[in-house]
Amino acid sequence: MINRIVDNADVALEGLEDGMTVMFGGFGLCGIPENSIAAIKKKGIKNLTCISNNAGVDHFGLGILLDNGQIKKMISSYVGENDEFERQMLSGELEVELIPQGTLAERCRAAGAGIPAFFTPAGYGTEVAEGKEVREFNGKPHILEHAFDSSFAFVKAWKGDAAGNLIFKGTARNFNPLMAMAGKITVAEVEQLLPAGHLDPNEIHVPGIFVHRIYQGAAFEKRIEQRTVRSRS
Amino acid sequence: MALDKNGIAKRIAQELQSGWYVNLGIGIPTLVANYIPEGIDIEFQSENGILGMGPFPFEGEESPDLINAGKQTITALDGASFFDSATSFAMIRAQKVQLTVLGAMEVSENGDIANWKIPGKMVKGMGGAMDLVASAENIIVAMQHCNRKGASKLLKACSLPITGMQCVKKVVTDLAVMDIDPGQGFILRERAPGVSVEAIVAATEGRLTVPEHVPEMQLD
Repeated sequence: MINRIVDNADVALEGLEDGMTVMFGGFGLCGIPENSIAAIKKKGIKNLTCISNNAGVDHFGLGILLDNGQIKKMISSYVGENDEFERQMLSGELEVELIPQGTLAERCRAAGAGIPAFFTPAGYGTEVAEGKEVREFNGKPHILEHAFDSSFAFVKAWKGDAAGNLIFKGTARNFNPLMAMAGKITVAEVEQLLPAGHLDPNEIHVPGIFVHRIYQGAAFEKRIEQRTVRSRS
Repeated sequence: MALDKNGIAKRIAQELQSGWYVNLGIGIPTLVANYIPEGIDIEFQSENGILGMGPFPFEGEESPDLINAGKQTITALDGASFFDSATSFAMIRAQKVQLTVLGAMEVSENGDIANWKIPGKMVKGMGGAMDLVASAENIIVAMQHCNRKGASKLLKACSLPITGMQCVKKVVTDLAVMDIDPGQGFILRERAPGVSVEAIVAATEGRLTVPEHVPEMQLD
């Protein structure tokens, strides 16, 4: 067994430098790497290009790094829940690239699967397709999209083991497995870190080969963005 | 009388067929889930990674690990499955999802849809809408026929940046049900109860084909 465990979030960031391109798993606030985000804030790394489906909310998730002026550019599919984000975007402090969600996911997957580029129908005929190669397959136009190139990927899982194997819970899986595959260095924080042999190999979602550093998250707030309920009556 | 949001959702629910996997967008489309006709077995897909999505949880049973694409807390029904975002859009692009229902700011007579960006306003992003409209075989748009100023949202050509080209097959508004055919533009199929053909013609800027007989919607 190759042991992937590191002591904590601070150690897990070793090699992370100003100006890097990094990925953050999660959809909204569901399945985000809270502990790694807190450690990046503490370390004060600047000018990050962040690939993440969303940009957090005010003062939570990636909103923490926005507040601290650590993000130079966001690459996302939807960014609507954050006033500070809007302020920085409109003032020109923050660069934003919006990408269709399926294309965002596939560009992560491709990066982790050794596929440099692929054709997708998403965005054909829209401003997303501007400047991109178009080819017709089966009578339908597709546009060329490229795999991401990311120095680090920060992901969050429910359970993990010493070998770096990961299991996710519910819809907190989302972009996490794809970004884990894509990162040149992938850092996973988990709610439960177990010794090797304590996870059933049949149930692993991400094999440890994709996870370079794994640690037990110290604290998880796991905020709910839109609490919706129905009445019992 | 023009339909309210629930009326639009109720009419769209009549389109559902047993065996379909269905993706509902945010807004009116979400309400469709409240009106599934008796005896129709379908599963809802939410693009953040669930098939077999159920209703909102009872208070106290909500989980931060279980949300829909609108970031609302939800439940998972028996037979549900979770998956990653690439798998989610794989099933969308490969047309395993039979029906997509989404809202729109504008629809054109050739089936273009605009629903993600208003120049000069804060742009939040397209989320999964571009992937959905580029691939789905069957797209129904749920929308108001006119904007708040009374101007038609069913146009000759979209004025806003489009989300997808020639993809919308059916539109259900507060006034009417219309199919879209590339040769005939909007084709009026049904009227909201008490709404005249003339009122629908007046509210539609794009080319509208009106058959001889246009029945009223049957909503009960």
